[in-house]
Amino acid sequence: MRALFYITSLVAVLGLAIWAYQENYRTQASLREVERLSAEIADLRETLSVLNAEWAYLNRPERLTELVDMNFDRLGLLPLRPDHFGRIDQVSFPAPEYLPVTRAWDVAGAGAGEEGQ
Amino acid sequence: MRRPLRPLARILEARAKGENPDTIERENLRARHEAERDRLRAQAEGRLLVLAVFFLCGFALIGLRMGHLAGSEAEEPRAATTTAKILAARADIVDRKGRILATNFTTHSLYAQPPQMIDKERAARELARIFPDLDADELHADFTGKRKFLWIKRRISPEQQQAVHDIGDPGLRFGPREMRLYPNGKLAAHVLGGARFGREGVRSAEVVGQAGVEKQFDTELRDPARAREPLRLSLDLTVQAAVERVLAGGMRLMNAKAASAILMDVETGEVVSLVSLPDFDPNERPTGGPKDDRSPLFNHAVQGVYELGSTFKIFTAAQALEEELVTPSTIMDTEGPMTWGRFRIRDFRDYGDEMSVEDVIVKSSNIGTARMALMIGGERQQAFFKRLGLFETTALEMPEAGTARPLLPPRWSEIVTMTASYGHGISASPMHLAAAYATVVNGGRKVEPTLLVRHTSAPGERVISEQTSLALRQMMRQVVVRGTASFGEVPGYAVGGKTGTADKPDPQGGYHDDKVIATFASIFPAHDPKYVLVVTLDEPEETSGEEPRRTAGWTAVPVGAEIIRRAAPLLGLPPEIEDGATVGVTLASN
Repeated sequence: MRALFYITSLVAVLGLAIWAYQENYRTQASLREVERLSAEIADLRETLSVLNAEWAYLNRPERLTELVDMNFDRLGLLPLRPDHFGRIDQVSFPAPEYLPVTRAWDVAGAGAGEEGQ
Repeated sequence: MRRPLRPLARILEARAKGENPDTIERENLRARHEAERDRLRAQAEGRLLVLAVFFLCGFALIGLRMGHLAGSEAEEPRAATTTAKILAARADIVDRKGRILATNFTTHSLYAQPPQMIDKERAARELARIFPDLDADELHADFTGKRKFLWIKRRISPEQQQAVHDIGDPGLRFGPREMRLYPNGKLAAHVLGGARFGREGVRSAEVVGQAGVEKQFDTELRDPARAREPLRLSLDLTVQAAVERVLAGGMRLMNAKAASAILMDVETGEVVSLVSLPDFDPNERPTGGPKDDRSPLFNHAVQGVYELGSTFKIFTAAQALEEELVTPSTIMDTEGPMTWGRFRIRDFRDYGDEMSVEDVIVKSSNIGTARMALMIGGERQQAFFKRLGLFETTALEMPEAGTARPLLPPRWSEIVTMTASYGHGISASPMHLAAAYATVVNGGRKVEPTLLVRHTSAPGERVISEQTSLALRQMMRQVVVRGTASFGEVPGYAVGGKTGTADKPDPQGGYHDDKVIATFASIFPAHDPKYVLVVTLDEPEETSGEEPRRTAGWTAVPVGAEIIRRAAPLLGLPPEIEDGATVGVTLASN
């Protein structure tokens, strides 16, 4: 009876030791993974801030003004003026859509139909 | 096999010989004891050996561990890892719509450790080639001198870093550097201020705000807990750019030495645009004292205190109306010149012997205003100016604002009451003027200027009544429609305002005849004011006529009108067909 007790405790201790050992190593691995990820996040954040800075730099009003001047022929952009505001009732209704003419001889006169063929 | 103690054969033999057989027994017993002793000793020795081995192993283990601990880098045992590292040590500054005004950029600094350098002469030569501002001989002298460490460049670009790397000298090293970047260059330079490196180490350097909001909010910007949360200013990037452009053009056209413009929300006091020219690039902030008003660092809108001239007449009219001493149609005696002791008060032109209060403002009559001030009296005038915030520094969040204390005469005599009523003998910054105008036109509630976005606008203390405010707005509209600011008309925006032209004080005493500060303080739209714009030109001269014109109506007003024309659509104000003129007259009479 006593021997059985000793053997069970020994096995239990061994089992727990192995489990603790594995857990320890898994924790360490997770920590390393977290560290790697946070380093990656930091890297990405840095990239993001660089890109943001670059975006702001490329969109600085000074440069945009120059680009507008350079491309005036093509784009014809002007500073926003008071007369650029419109009201909704100044917008005309769109032209009514007619059914598309797919077969010319259906709608054209007899002569036109022959021509179409 | 146990040997018997009394072996029969030997006993019998001994008995036969007549010997005592007990000796045999004792002899055998002794032998047995000896054998037993030897066995026990061997066993004990074995155990000792095992124990010794155990102890040896134990001590060896402890010794090795100690050696390892002593030899390795100290590291705390940890159960958890830290969360995301703080990268941007200093928070960004953004405009009211979240566009970046200041951000951080990682660059590298270059330093040298001469003891580790291999070919000092070549390194010096190559460095001088990469950085044209460095001198090869000086570098060589530094490298061969006693120094063990020296900075070569505070900030270098990636291309330069690669070029230095290609020199391949192990004594040339790079340290990472957080650099403050203002991507918009000169835009809002005075508001942002600038930053410099504080304490410097090889691995990092602290970035310290030098002026403007960078200095004012230095602690908040550097707080690591708030690094991810940008500082949101009330400025609008596009409006600021447009105002800067127009003002720069206007300053050139009017041959002015300096100029400033402030665009402020009348309800909240948020400064949407703040420009002072000449300006500078905060990325390369020039050195020198900002105290000198010729320096580009000097903020004319906030730091400069000037006699702002006739723009103050609005305050006198406001008080006279508020205290019910006059109504807009009360007739004032404007016969000039008005004498007080040895002083004579004149108008720019003779406007006749009497005018209504409205016309006093519209034509900008000094005499009429001085008479109103006499009706009010010096003490009450001071109290009113104080309530408008014209006696104290403004609450604007800039270190420069704290230094701009209005200049007041030491004694508030009767002549001071008269001159102060039309803005002479009392100096204030354009920011004071903008805040006071916002206060009188928004319905009479005190406005504190701010550079931060206000989410809530708690109505300030009441300074004048709603009715007085309305009457003033109508007067200001009339100034533009038929008065001194007729160039200020912008179709659709119902601009109202008041001009002010003040002679500049001569440092030698007295006033210059040919140097003025021209100011245009305007509101738009006048029937329902949304914004206040204050434009100030320093020593303008309009030279299209036969003789140079310096009055604000010819200089500051057209510039102000152009700013409104450009900025108002950007602020999202559509032009309106004006109806205020007719409605106003009926409401104003009280």
